Amino acid sequence: MAQVTLPTQRRRSWRFWAIFWGVAAMLYFFVPLYGTLDFSLRMKRGEISLLAYEIVFADPRFWEGFRYSAIMALVTIVVSALIFVPTVYWMHLKLPQARPVVELVTILPFIIPGVVYVFGLIRTYSRPPLQLTLQPFTTDILIVAGYVVLSMPYMFRAVDVGMRSIDVRTLTEAAQSLGASRLQLLVQVILPNIRVAVLGGGLICFATVMGELVLASFLVRPALGPYMQLLGLAKAYEPAALAIISFALTWLSLGALQLLGRGNVPQQMAGR
Amino acid sequence: MKELRAARLYLFGAPIWDWLGLLPFLAFVLLFLVIPSANLFAGAFVNRTGVFTLENIVVFGNPFVLRSYLVSLQVSLVTALVGGVFGFLVAYAITLGRAPGWMRGVIMTFSGLAANFGGVPLAFAFIATLGRTGFLTALLKGICFPAGESEVCPFNPYDYGFNLYSVTGLVMTYTYFQFPLMVLIITPALEGLRTEWREACESLGGSQLHYWRDVAFPVMMPSLLGAMLLLFSNAFGAYATAQALTGGSIPLVTILIGQQIRGDVLNNPHEGYALALGMVVVMALTVWGYAVLQRRTTEWLRR
Repeated sequence: MAQVTLPTQRRRSWRFWAIFWGVAAMLYFFVPLYGTLDFSLRMKRGEISLLAYEIVFADPRFWEGFRYSAIMALVTIVVSALIFVPTVYWMHLKLPQARPVVELVTILPFIIPGVVYVFGLIRTYSRPPLQLTLQPFTTDILIVAGYVVLSMPYMFRAVDVGMRSIDVRTLTEAAQSLGASRLQLLVQVILPNIRVAVLGGGLICFATVMGELVLASFLVRPALGPYMQLLGLAKAYEPAALAIISFALTWLSLGALQLLGRGNVPQQMAGR
Repeated sequence: MKELRAARLYLFGAPIWDWLGLLPFLAFVLLFLVIPSANLFAGAFVNRTGVFTLENIVVFGNPFVLRSYLVSLQVSLVTALVGGVFGFLVAYAITLGRAPGWMRGVIMTFSGLAANFGGVPLAFAFIATLGRTGFLTALLKGICFPAGESEVCPFNPYDYGFNLYSVTGLVMTYTYFQFPLMVLIITPALEGLRTEWREACESLGGSQLHYWRDVAFPVMMPSLLGAMLLLFSNAFGAYATAQALTGGSIPLVTILIGQQIRGDVLNNPHEGYALALGMVVVMALTVWGYAVLQRRTTEWLRR
């Protein structure tokens, strides 16, 4: 007679495999993190010390990179919001037909790899008529534009979701019947209502820009990414400390995002 | 009034005036996305003197270029599959497999973090863990047994041909962000499977296999396809992790393009543009294939 598996038995073996794969996943998460932490603390032979972190934090180039990337990130967030809040507002209010076009355009950075994109930027803006790569300031304009493009998929989606959750038409009509101008309407009515969404998109912009390597490296600007890469070529323990610092940074910005009350974290893909 | 309305021009059902509202966005996209990309691709079809030509295609006959495409495709496919299967099993474990609730919480939170943890720091983390002097390597090396005069340490992975700075190491490193991405995408789809469907299948005499092959799998097909596409493109376009992990010694297409930007290693900038265009063609083909399969499955599901 064939062996009959009872449902409870079957369920118990499922449960075993469930726990097995769950534990495997947690090991994959934690072993590299723990390994890196352990490694970063062993710079002094035979004892646990924070020496690697002290060296990183005492390095002026680290702070220069950190400052530069943080400023670029903030400018990127502001420019992104300036572009996407009015555009998405207008799309919701007047031009639902434009949605497929805007969606297609905002997904393009997923299809065009970062290296290819920066190749195109350099080919276009390192020669007349618009030679932007000659001076640091104009290069920074180019780099911010590039960051806005790279974070476009997240920013658009974040603002779009926020705009969808409010009644754009009613708010617009109410504000206009009270005599608000278009600018007042956007700044004082729409923006406060979707601020959580904009902030969420901004946090992903921040995480994207802080870890970005390709643009900053090929446009030769003193960002955090190229600094980390250079350090990795020359040192052993400091990079591990930097990895922990950078993970903490990702943790902080995405943790803040999850605190904002939206369970689903949109995915950042730039910076790989 | 009537004349006024008649005088208005319409474009796709909206007054032309309204389309001007998209102008700032479109101008930005034109300047910083469309023109740079188009400019690059146009560069692939002219020669040094600016005359139209198809001869830059010869770059794909260059053994280095061909090899880089093969390695890139191989790495992307393998990490998409490894990350996809592993991620699926983990997602299954924390949903239908009823792993403990705390485990689910930890895995979901960490998936959100790990899927975003890429680039240079990820490479550093793996070097510190599995590099020649890394934490895990040292741990495995330290497991030694006495054997006569000397002792044997049978677990040193580097004695068995393992090398982090190789394609295998790259796959392991990419898996760190690939499988959590799969977990994030597939968990909602697995939650969408209703117990009634399984019960209906079982009451009609269907086995586990029937259920998965004829019910669950087809229902989840669109999400599975979308997830695989995302994982593939994620690995295919990756540059920073590979560059920091191997210092550019693994010949990926992205690494080769990087070298071409820095120093024209192909000795012909226009062949470089053709090389870059090739990547976009691969991506476009992948997305197109996805769209076709997607349409087929939705049609199939509607029947």
